[in-house]
Amino acid sequence: MRLRCPSDLVKARKLIRSRYDPKKTCVTVCCGTGCLASGARDVAETFRKEIDRRGLRPRVNLRITGCHGFCERGPLVVIYPKRIFYQRVKVLDVDEILSQTILKRKIIERLLYVDPMTGKKIVYENEVPFYKKQRRLIFGNNGRIDPTKISYYIALDGYTALAKVLYKMSPQQVIAEIKRSGLRGRGGAGFPTGQKWELCRNANSRLKYIICNADEGDPGAFMDRSLLEGNPHSVLEGMIIGAYAMGAEEGYIYVRNEYPLAIKHLTIALKEAQEWGLLGKNILGSNFSFRIRINRGAGAFVCGEESALIASLEGRIGEPRPRPPFPAQEGLWGKPTNINNVKTWANIPLIINKGARWYSKIGTKTSKGTMVFSLVGKINNTGLVEIPMGISLRKMIYEIGGGIPNGKKFKAVQTGGPSGGCIPARLIDLPVDYEKLTRAGSMMGSGGMVVMDEDTCMVNVARYFLSFTRDESCGKCTPCREGIKQMYEILDNITKGKGKESDLGLLKELAQIVKDSSLCGLGQTAPNPVLTTLRYFPEEYLAHIKDKRCPAHVCQDLIRYSLIVEKCIGCQICNKACPTGAISGEKKEPQRIDQKKCIRCGACYEACKFEAIRVE
Amino acid sequence: MRKIDRIIKRHKKKGALVPLLQDVMAEYGYLPQRTIERISQELDIPLSQVYSLATFYKSFSLTPRGKYLISVCLGTACHVRGAPRIVEKLERDLGIRAGETTKDSKFTLETVNCLGACALGPLVVIDGKYFGRINLSRLDEVLKDYLK
Ligand SMILES: Cc1cc2nc3c(=O)[nH]c(=O)nc-3n(C[C@H](O)[C@H](O)[C@H](O)COP(=O)(O)O)c2cc1C
Ligand code: FES
Repeated sequence: MRLRCPSDLVKARKLIRSRYDPKKTCVTVCCGTGCLASGARDVAETFRKEIDRRGLRPRVNLRITGCHGFCERGPLVVIYPKRIFYQRVKVLDVDEILSQTILKRKIIERLLYVDPMTGKKIVYENEVPFYKKQRRLIFGNNGRIDPTKISYYIALDGYTALAKVLYKMSPQQVIAEIKRSGLRGRGGAGFPTGQKWELCRNANSRLKYIICNADEGDPGAFMDRSLLEGNPHSVLEGMIIGAYAMGAEEGYIYVRNEYPLAIKHLTIALKEAQEWGLLGKNILGSNFSFRIRINRGAGAFVCGEESALIASLEGRIGEPRPRPPFPAQEGLWGKPTNINNVKTWANIPLIINKGARWYSKIGTKTSKGTMVFSLVGKINNTGLVEIPMGISLRKMIYEIGGGIPNGKKFKAVQTGGPSGGCIPARLIDLPVDYEKLTRAGSMMGSGGMVVMDEDTCMVNVARYFLSFTRDESCGKCTPCREGIKQMYEILDNITKGKGKESDLGLLKELAQIVKDSSLCGLGQTAPNPVLTTLRYFPEEYLAHIKDKRCPAHVCQDLIRYSLIVEKCIGCQICNKACPTGAISGEKKEPQRIDQKKCIRCGACYEACKFEAIRVE
Repeated sequence: MRKIDRIIKRHKKKGALVPLLQDVMAEYGYLPQRTIERISQELDIPLSQVYSLATFYKSFSLTPRGKYLISVCLGTACHVRGAPRIVEKLERDLGIRAGETTKDSKFTLETVNCLGACALGPLVVIDGKYFGRINLSRLDEVLKDYLK
């Protein structure tokens, strides 16, 4: 089907909706990356087979969707129209779901989610606290759409914003609208999007490019991936609108190589959009033409930085270059280029449809709209969370995230990935917006949010991020290449108990130099994890240095495992678990650990069922 | 050499080296030296330039992979949940370091960043199969099946 004008789109939507009976039962199975890893593919396949075998096709639809966000409880199954919510569903549950819930309308208690706060079982998806407290403007459709079929997106008003823009708005009006909305980039730095578009619009060149940055380098975040996998057309629509506003005829999506499913869904989406006349020549019958190509990254964190990304697209090694000239002046192949993050693009159709005024009412004074975080680490409800800017960390972590597992104490939260910092527990009422996070020494970043509890060693975390940035530094500029390495060495020494008090001053000095004099954002932000942990957790550094002690019992050179004789019953499980033969003793007698042989791998500690092994 | 020539031909017009090398990786599992030389000749690009790309990007490998690829996630979420000890154990048990392949070409051990399944962390993927919420003793059991 090729749409030749906006009314074709309206007609197509009507047709799609008329074929779809909203009262018909529909089983949706989340097949986002998290649920797939928990076995969702087999669950979905079993549903398909069983529905066929029982001849239920006329009564029941099956829909495979992208990530719903509540990865912790996956595989997730939601049954429409009532949105009955089943979690941790296994292949063996499928039969019962069909025979009980679908055919007899009986709820299977065992598969319901139990709210840990109240102990109550929850039947419907919209009543699950994890979802209820969110505002899912960008992510909400993930659970409803089959991302491999454009018709689902169109049925949910997809591409209306594009039609409006092409036929009712001038490029300048689009840019003015985006500026008024207050949208800021979701890729890290938070630059005002409308302003960036205007720069590119005003650049004098016939050829221009736009790029979608889907390199998602933050090693603990997967929201861009889930959006591309679950709702690729929302990103495409944003890009097409942007291209119209800036006057670009060609666009690229730079996807991280490790995201095969996102690449697959994008490829299908591009093909379908093309077939429907929403991409390519004379989009929706207008005289605007635009095409998009997908480019796979090759595995380099620095390629998320815009000038390195451009170098990589041009087939060179991904080394950043000094700016100015900015990409809006001289970008891909020397032409004006605009780069935005996946989520930034996905916000565009929303703003056009609902209007800048509506959009700018969401959020805080300087940070508008919603932000999607991947909430991970030591948290009960790992998953993707979309909240209006400005809500507090407390709300994110306790009300949505469900708090810290195993009754442990919350210690810090890390945002912004390797470029960000650790925010301590005492700042838990900090509202999440660009300025507040930056002032706390961290940054919004692209949406990684890693929760840490009392068992996390902050020195070790700082060292972890530095080992990451050290490995990922492209090596072009000296402060970043050498400075990060030296900082890493110092931290490594501290975690090994070889640190000196004077190291802390040196560390701060080095951090400042690397921050001030590095060529690109990688080096300029790499010291943040060190600086924030030094600022908020100095006592932890001192414990490592002065007392040769790791308070969180993480740094292996500073801990010691020993047996609590009164608790040991001599079951010898630890003895068997020990890889170096450091544990000895008679059966049914308390065991002993030979400290010389012990490599502190923690196997005995994990194996002991009687808490008879102590770390100190 | 036929396979490599076909891949080169596909990319020759655009001369895009990164996608070309990605296709070679997909075909051979690594970048054999002869293919790199061939690319340099055919596209008239200095050998050093091909090597600079092949060594800059992490997804390119100059050595063949083992039969089973073991990937341990060292993303931040998995890291705070104890992934480093999982890597240490694998290094110890297999007698290799992360990034290396065992002498019998059976296992390649690599560390990766965030696999998007942080809820399951720490996470190990062996031969495409996910083993979530892994600990040292469960890893022992899982490995047994592959060491046989
Ligand atoms: C080292 C480094 C890595 C980056 N990685 C990403 C990334 O993975 N995804 C992203 O969207 N932006 C990343 N950025 C930010 C981009 O350079 C750029 O600012 C962003 O894509 C602009 O889009 P926005 O205005 O929509 O945020 C990175 C920056 C640096 C310095
Ligand atoms: S950090 Fe390991 S899967 Fe995300």
